Amino acid sequence: MTNDELITKLKAIIAPYVQDEKAFENLTEDTDFINDLKVNSANLVDIILDIEDEFSIRLENEDMEKMLDVKAAMLIINTKLKT
Amino acid sequence: MKNRVVITGLGVVAPNGVGVPDFTKSLKEGTSGITCHDNLKDFKFSCQIGGVPQISDEKKSQYFTDLQLRGFNSSGILYGCIAGIDAWKDAGFDMDSESQLDYDTGLIFGAATSGVEKFREAIYGVDDGNVRRLGSTVVLQTMASGVSAYLSGMLGLGNQVTTNSSACTTGTEALIMGYERIQNGKAKRMLVGSCSDHGPYIWGGFDAMRVMTYKHNESPEEGSRPMSATASGFVPGSGAGALLLESLESALERGAKIYAEVLGGEVNSGGQRQGGTLTAPNAEAVQRCIKKAVENSGITAKEIEVINGHLTATSKDSLEIENWSKALERKGSDFPYINSTKSMIGHCLAASGSIECVASIIQLKNQFVAPNINCEDLHPEIEALVDSNKIPIEKMDVNFDIIAKASFGFGDVNACVIFKKFND
Repeated sequence: MTNDELITKLKAIIAPYVQDEKAFENLTEDTDFINDLKVNSANLVDIILDIEDEFSIRLENEDMEKMLDVKAAMLIINTKLKT
Repeated sequence: MKNRVVITGLGVVAPNGVGVPDFTKSLKEGTSGITCHDNLKDFKFSCQIGGVPQISDEKKSQYFTDLQLRGFNSSGILYGCIAGIDAWKDAGFDMDSESQLDYDTGLIFGAATSGVEKFREAIYGVDDGNVRRLGSTVVLQTMASGVSAYLSGMLGLGNQVTTNSSACTTGTEALIMGYERIQNGKAKRMLVGSCSDHGPYIWGGFDAMRVMTYKHNESPEEGSRPMSATASGFVPGSGAGALLLESLESALERGAKIYAEVLGGEVNSGGQRQGGTLTAPNAEAVQRCIKKAVENSGITAKEIEVINGHLTATSKDSLEIENWSKALERKGSDFPYINSTKSMIGHCLAASGSIECVASIIQLKNQFVAPNINCEDLHPEIEALVDSNKIPIEKMDVNFDIIAKASFGFGDVNACVIFKKFND
């Protein structure tokens, strides 16, 4: 999967939780879920579950703690997909 | 000097009508909201009928965001938020997520249990060793105060925000608690109400107690028969009612529409003494509650013209009538008109008090007494106490000023409130 494909999939997952549509339109690898997209911190849990379902992977508590921006999410997903 | 308190907004989600206009029409026409439910049959319930408000997905989207509806599975919170928002808007306020925090308005919205279907999902998840996958909203949907948490955030309320719980007394108690807060100058406005989930997991315990009727599974609309000789148990219902209470001063200042004045009320408990139990009322305490409500309202018992009773269609209806009769010292043709909204909507449990308070205000404002459907065969014990023409089976147009509403609940708890038509 290319990075572009991965970002497209991630965007679809994150979309329902985004509270700042403008930041979402300009999403890059550096976009932070809470600070930029204004996602409610409680919803990070739901994003993790949706990612698990989409990619058929399992994310541990340690992964979750790191998954605060798009770049980290991509890294963790790619790592899981390879193992 | 205590503040006078008036009602400036109403909202209702009832089995026979969602929204005040539809509910009013059903009350006038004696329309039943009781239907057959195949899932109750599949689950082998004795009682396979019930009252469930009809809410379309389109309607849900008018009140909730798509995000709020993700994984949402709490019918009580759904009903409560719709009724609460409707009452708020009816009083002339907007729902705006960017609105200024309103420290003058609080919320007391009652519930017995919350999100029982969501709770079931969570229990299955936990039992499967899958607690990590429950998602973020189990707590919010299943905590007793879930409805208050959702609703206060939608409206930006900054005064006291809480949930009360006193079984089938809940809604009427919430109203009295909100009334007292405004009366004592702690808030200008209180949005009060209550809600109840629908479905087998909330109704099952009552079916197990054999207090719901099993005789009308083929004739649902005839199932709820308060005060009837052939009453055979209550029919379960669900929904929510909401009322915006406001100090008279604030209402006049805003030029708000005023439905009625809350003259006073009383809540008490029979303490499960003198015949009272977990499930049966202490008659003396019920009578005391009614008497105190009258006293607190600054009126006399003979001024009460209409009663909206608790009257569930169990064997306790005759006792309730006797309690009213003794408390008010009125009987026969001197007894007020009395009706039970439950004949049309069933027993909406924690939501019953608030839905029936809304029904009481609608009747007072529109000057009619709603029919007691399914009461063609008045119970002889009741007929011995009250003239049958005081228990109308057809809608009656009546000019009246004062209506009393009472609710009684498991745990031997009581609430009674008195409303008066507002004449400016």
